[in-house]
Amino acid sequence: MATTMTTETPANGGAAAETVPLSGLRRPVSKWIWLGVIFAALLPLIGGQTGLISNFYFLQLSLMIVYSIAVLGLNLLIGFNGQISLGHGAFFAVGAYVTAILIDRYEMHYLATLPLAMFVCFVIGYLFGRPALRLEGHYLALATFALAIAVPQFLKYRHFEPFTHGVQGINIFKPDPPFGMPLSPDQWLYLVVLACAIVMFIIARNIVQSRMGRAMMAIRDQPLAADTMGINSARTKSITFGISALYVGLAGALHAIIFEFVSPDSFRFELSIAILVGAVIGGIATLSGAVIGGFFVQFIEKYADAVTKWVTSTVHLPIHLEPWTIYGIVLIVLMYTMPMGIAGGLASLWRKIRPPG
Amino acid sequence: MEQLLQQVASGLANGAIYALLALALVMIFVSTNHINFAQGEMAMFSAFVCWQLLNWGYPFWVALPATMLFSFIIGVLIERIILRPLHTAPLLSVVVVFIGLLAIFHSLAGAIWTHTVKPFPSPFPNFTFAGSGIIGPHQIGMIVVAVGMLALLFCFFRFTPLGLAMRAAALNATSARLVGINVDWMLALGWGLAATVGSVAGVLVAPVVYLEPNMMAGILLYGFAGALVGGISSPGGAVAGGFIVGVLENMVAYLGNMLERATGFYLIGNGEKLTVALIIVITVLTLKPSGLFGRVTVKRV
Amino acid sequence: MSNILEVKNLKAYYGPSQALHGISFSLAKGGITTLLGANGAGKTTTLRAICGMVRAEGTVTIDGEPVTGKATESVVRLGVGHVPEGRGTFTELSVEENLRVAAYTRRDKAAAARDLEMVFTYFPRLKERMDQQAGTLSGGEQQMLAISRALMLGPRLMLLDEPSFGLAPLIVQEIFRIMRRINEEAKVSMLLVEQNAALALDLADHAYVLETGRVVMSGTSADVKSDEQIRKSYLGY
Repeated sequence: MATTMTTETPANGGAAAETVPLSGLRRPVSKWIWLGVIFAALLPLIGGQTGLISNFYFLQLSLMIVYSIAVLGLNLLIGFNGQISLGHGAFFAVGAYVTAILIDRYEMHYLATLPLAMFVCFVIGYLFGRPALRLEGHYLALATFALAIAVPQFLKYRHFEPFTHGVQGINIFKPDPPFGMPLSPDQWLYLVVLACAIVMFIIARNIVQSRMGRAMMAIRDQPLAADTMGINSARTKSITFGISALYVGLAGALHAIIFEFVSPDSFRFELSIAILVGAVIGGIATLSGAVIGGFFVQFIEKYADAVTKWVTSTVHLPIHLEPWTIYGIVLIVLMYTMPMGIAGGLASLWRKIRPPG
Repeated sequence: MEQLLQQVASGLANGAIYALLALALVMIFVSTNHINFAQGEMAMFSAFVCWQLLNWGYPFWVALPATMLFSFIIGVLIERIILRPLHTAPLLSVVVVFIGLLAIFHSLAGAIWTHTVKPFPSPFPNFTFAGSGIIGPHQIGMIVVAVGMLALLFCFFRFTPLGLAMRAAALNATSARLVGINVDWMLALGWGLAATVGSVAGVLVAPVVYLEPNMMAGILLYGFAGALVGGISSPGGAVAGGFIVGVLENMVAYLGNMLERATGFYLIGNGEKLTVALIIVITVLTLKPSGLFGRVTVKRV
Repeated sequence: MSNILEVKNLKAYYGPSQALHGISFSLAKGGITTLLGANGAGKTTTLRAICGMVRAEGTVTIDGEPVTGKATESVVRLGVGHVPEGRGTFTELSVEENLRVAAYTRRDKAAAARDLEMVFTYFPRLKERMDQQAGTLSGGEQQMLAISRALMLGPRLMLLDEPSFGLAPLIVQEIFRIMRRINEEAKVSMLLVEQNAALALDLADHAYVLETGRVVMSGTSADVKSDEQIRKSYLGY
């Protein structure tokens, strides 16, 4: 499934590459994906009405999809363009706050806030990306790291309080389904989020398979020579930064609507790391990896505590182990064994066992 | 006037910590070309270790050296076991590993010692003296210890054969091998020393900000700012940068206070310190990435 | 054994591509041998392979002791002083530090001190520039420093990679004269890689000519010098 869905090219130094066909051949989307999408769309019907799937699970699924969008954005930047960011949580926060403020203070319709949140994040991402252009890998990592640490305090700035309500945060309410549809708000939001995700994935796929996408990957693989190939590196890199910020911003906006609350301390450094972890575990140069990554981020948020408790009790540790210790270890082990993430690892496995021809 | 002096003095004291962290960062950057994003959490973890030793009844003059030794060993082990095999790995992989280390140290500290904020005793005697209004004994202690450590390290690198060998290994690994130096062990020792320096910073700052797993993130940010301002490839520069940034941090807050008192308008103050650090980082990286004293490296296609 | 260096069927690789296809030669104790050939023939690669700086197969023995597969610093500690292409000086350290760092691995500090004096008799110019930063020295002085640094290891064998490169003829002559002195007085065997064949053949007793990773001719310097066909085909003069 992984190899037929998208063009996949591993990041620098990865295992044997599957090269992007230069003729721009668009591979057809596998029928399994279409089936999966239709099934997902029908879930509220199947599960909701029969009471098989509770609202709680729709909530979980929505969050998972939201994080997939965020991970996808980070993937575009890191996996396809070779830049690095430890601070994308900042854009998540911006998207969330734009939406929350527009709904809370200006009573805008929630769907209308989404394009605005995306636009603002694109602009900020582009502006952040421009000076960061000349920075080599670790400097950009440093700058984005600084960004991630400073975000919560920045959001608490006194003069923003009329808009942000400072530490107390902003409360908004989940919208009811339109036209009196027989769905619960959670189910309706699930469909909204799913629709957004499908659109964003299609756009991402188109970007990756376009000239722009090839330019992005050329910059990733041969950063210094890309300019001599007629690619405007500066512009491409800034635009990619902007686009990735846009994706994460949309995720933040949707998250705010689902969660019904934003506050400065919801956007601490851990969030940026969580998105990065999701991207890395899922597979950074693949679009399908974003789905896996999204699942992981939600998993980190929700279930990690339970799993860690179980581990602690089975292994009889004298201390109460925390989830992030296990994540740290997993991250390090992954970099050794499966630097391409799960999707990448599966892809190589698939290549090995797939019948020739 | 007195308040200004207080701010400068406290800026220097904070700057001492930033200088130590900046030095640790630069030591690793110069020898391995990597930024140790986990430096803050490692220092925090060391501070907890020291606290634990103190809690078990050991006096400071036993606990601190033991902590420093512990940190040294951990640093060497991290370099040898975790980082060395990733020698030729792409940058992203290494950065992810650093983030992994950050997560491990942070959460282990929370797991072992809980997230409750703990007071940390100051090793310096609390006595009043002439300048007490301007600077406190712990602050003087911070500056003296930091400067002392820096002086010791400077002498080590400049005057001892091992120090020279480590510098050579960091400057030109191939040539160092050609004079018989085991570069891999030099890098490991460098890491050990950097971890030790970080641990001292953690122990010095814990009494001021109180001991808890989150204590170092913002301080690390200022350490980065200091290293960048001074020049991330220059140890001396990084130290100077640390002090500069420490004083700058307080000057900005001080000026903000003055502005507020004069005009009633609050522009900037203590609540914006991290934002100020961020602005410093971005400004330096945009205008002069090599900092005040660092070298610019040319990349060949 | 009378051979300080024995190389048998040495193959070397840069990644997937093979640079040396099984070369063999030897160097007698106290002798000077030169490796000649055009650019890309594999001369530098040979020196690197001996020092463990590139992936290699085959047998290399230093005074009877096998070194293939050993790390560079271990080979060096057996008494091999490699003066690499481009000098390899620590440009940010001073001349004094460059020399001192080479003595780091020596057990016998008294011998190291004597060697420092010896270095100054060969290269008095370096003594004048002790505190100067190595990167600010002239090309010739840097080459002298590089050779001195190798000498400070107390080597039995010196590997020199294009010592004449980029230097004015007078300086080159001076350096080559000193190299002969080092060989005769300090009894250091030398393996010399040179583009400048005439110069090399004057200094060395034996020569091997390499072409694309293989030895195509070998003999005493006198023989190689007098063979006009070899000179024209391989050495360009």
